[in-house]
Amino acid sequence: MNEPLRLELRTSPHVVKDNSVERIMFHVVLALLPIAAFSVWQYGLSALALLVTVTGTCLLTERLFNRLGGTASTLSDWSATITGLLLALTLPPAFPLWMGAVAGFTAIALGKALFGGIGFNVLNPALVGRAFVQAAFPVAITTWIPAFSAQRFSEFAPTTFTLPFMTPPDIGDWARAAVDGFTGATPLARWKFENVLAAPGDFLSGAVTASAGETSAILILLCGLYLAVRRFLDWRIPVAVLGSAALTAWVFQMIDPARYPDPLFVLLSGGLMIGAVFMATDMATSPVTPKGVWLYGALIGVVTVMIRYFGGLTEGVMYAILIGNALAPLIDQVTQPRVFGAAKGKKA
Amino acid sequence: MTEATLQPATPSAAMIRTLGLVATVCGVLIVTAYEGTLDAVNANKKLALERAVFKVIPGAAKVDEYFATPAGIQPAATGTPEGGVKFYAAYDQAGTLKGIAAEGAGKGYADTVRILYAYDPARQVVTGFGVVAMRETPGIGDKIYTDPAFLKNFEALDVKLSADLKSLANAVKVVKHGSKQNAWEIDAIAGATVTSKAVGRGINDSAQKLLPLLVPNLEKLNAAPQSRVSAFPPIAKGGEGGFEAAPTPSSTQNPPQPPFTKGGSDLASPRQEASS
Amino acid sequence: MIPGQKQLTNMEELLEGIWKQNPVFVMVLGMCPVLAVSVSAMNAISMGLATTFVLVGSTLLVSLLRSVIPKEVRIATYIVIIATFVTVVDYLIQAISLAVYDALGAFIQLIVVNCIILGRAEAHASKNPPLRSVLNALGMGAGFTLGLFALGAVREILGAGKLFGVALFGPDFQPWVVMVLPPGGFFVLGSWLLLFNWLNSRKTDAAQAKPVEGHAHV
Repeated sequence: MNEPLRLELRTSPHVVKDNSVERIMFHVVLALLPIAAFSVWQYGLSALALLVTVTGTCLLTERLFNRLGGTASTLSDWSATITGLLLALTLPPAFPLWMGAVAGFTAIALGKALFGGIGFNVLNPALVGRAFVQAAFPVAITTWIPAFSAQRFSEFAPTTFTLPFMTPPDIGDWARAAVDGFTGATPLARWKFENVLAAPGDFLSGAVTASAGETSAILILLCGLYLAVRRFLDWRIPVAVLGSAALTAWVFQMIDPARYPDPLFVLLSGGLMIGAVFMATDMATSPVTPKGVWLYGALIGVVTVMIRYFGGLTEGVMYAILIGNALAPLIDQVTQPRVFGAAKGKKA
Repeated sequence: MTEATLQPATPSAAMIRTLGLVATVCGVLIVTAYEGTLDAVNANKKLALERAVFKVIPGAAKVDEYFATPAGIQPAATGTPEGGVKFYAAYDQAGTLKGIAAEGAGKGYADTVRILYAYDPARQVVTGFGVVAMRETPGIGDKIYTDPAFLKNFEALDVKLSADLKSLANAVKVVKHGSKQNAWEIDAIAGATVTSKAVGRGINDSAQKLLPLLVPNLEKLNAAPQSRVSAFPPIAKGGEGGFEAAPTPSSTQNPPQPPFTKGGSDLASPRQEASS
Repeated sequence: MIPGQKQLTNMEELLEGIWKQNPVFVMVLGMCPVLAVSVSAMNAISMGLATTFVLVGSTLLVSLLRSVIPKEVRIATYIVIIATFVTVVDYLIQAISLAVYDALGAFIQLIVVNCIILGRAEAHASKNPPLRSVLNALGMGAGFTLGLFALGAVREILGAGKLFGVALFGPDFQPWVVMVLPPGGFFVLGSWLLLFNWLNSRKTDAAQAKPVEGHAHV
């Protein structure tokens, strides 16, 4: 097909080099690669297989819906790749591949394609996929494997190649054989149910039980910093999310230090880091007004801590961000800046 | 089309006549349906109840409904007494009392969990339970009737009465997964603690109310299955012989506390023996 | 009879509700029972049959009485008639199977407020002779049952690995818990609606001899 000649009419300033969607997305992919690589180094072949499967399913689904809708391929805008990578990084490394494929399909189909593709989605597609499999397979999504096991590059976790539609086998014995004294509980679960706090050092070295991409706080922050410096993401969102989460945690610790953990634990555990840096910042699903951005970030941080402390689940980042996404249009509306010169109290 | 606006209003008499006609037709239909299905509905209800009781009391062949009241035990057929607690007595083919079943209810994760549990009067233990109704999360809450480790709790759950026969000696308690130590504790299912607790609370609340009323009067049940009493006098193999038909290791460790002998019809006798 | 409307044959009248005016997939009516009781194929079929019974019975009675019902009290009359048949079906289900009765719960009584039934009484039975009304109601009932079954089958297969209680995948099947929860009902209903609309839009596209980029950005 011949592209028609495009004449763009716009007012000044005329930026010479445009920040196209493709360019931003490509850099986000670049920033995600070190985190993905770290998770593979940590968890070995199973994590790699999951990354490839989920991302592949996302790309195939995107292509399928391009076909059905009769539109040009949107694979080259990298957004499906990001969704796939992010989704895989939030899943347990030993998640059965067929469930990963279900998550990937749901993420793109339900989270994105049904709304009209990139830019029209209301919710973060990766989190839609994760929320679906969380509701569908509650056991598999909380089955974790130990990090840095000796055989991680020579064998897959027994659950990885579960046949489609079949229940994954119990991996307790396998995991205990690989790493002595492995409990299979995340630091958040151990805090919630056993009142055991993990040492901050464990989080930094990645020696904790968690989803593939949740363990490397420093790496996530560095990659986020790169994107923020290059202005590919709005630095205010992660700052607001992490800041409000830390503040809420601090307030609770003031009230009852014996019961509530310190803010550092709240920041480092679970998916808060990767959620704040890579998911809450999704441009299509976050507010655009300056005040709205702060409000949105703060809301996610507070809701995350509330779910962790008072909810039935151990981790609340996913639902907190989805709630934030759903409220983003409303936040935009109520934080609309006043048009310069307009009378006070009048609707713009 | 325009005639609707011109049409004169229907006179009230016509409206009343029509409504009366419709009401009559409908009334006849409903009464016919009710009369026609009544027997089948009652038979179904009885069958469903029996099936539920037979499930928790294996070997039972007949179920009678009773109310336990402070004044004694009376068959449910004679009406619902004030403050009575309903229970079901299950008998085998020969008319021997196989066990008691009663309903319990506890607040679960989504809604009240209603269960039917079986009580073995000889050993003073709960020997099993079945779910009557619940709305717990499928795949999580329904472990209470699929998880073999959890069901093991109910092979011989201790509900023996205290010495004064006023309440359970030890309240049934649900404890954290893997920390069961006593026969009256229930090991919760990891990940389904709320639903596990609902079961435990349901049994405890019901047993606390029912057993103090029931145990002093067990004699009557042993001797009198409502409808089989004349055909199969439960003398030959009655009483304890029937309960020990299915021996479990715990039945020897948990000897019946107040011994129920076949002969004595004195209601006070278990009380005396227990306190002595 | 409505002037200007094409007279349908009896066969068309029957098929109307099954496909062209399917209450679930086209008219999207009666969604409350559709979402609530479609966790298994058996429940879905039972609910569909119960609704069909009420639908046929009440439209027959409404159609027979259509000339004597004054328009001022017609809605009240219809509701009384519908409530009667719901009560009858309530007894019938209890007599046939208590298990089904418990599974359907309050949704049997709630058939009274199923808008398909009042809709049929008002829009069709009050203007057509008994035979046509019953045919139309049968078709609508069949369409409703079909819609419920379409949801119930998918939800039972994915949510429990069974169809009509028969295990399809063996004991190792991994149930999709979400499918038996309320969100699963919405997901499956949405998917079916998507499929139906997609098929319909393809049909209209094909009929309209190649439209030039008309609806792509709507």
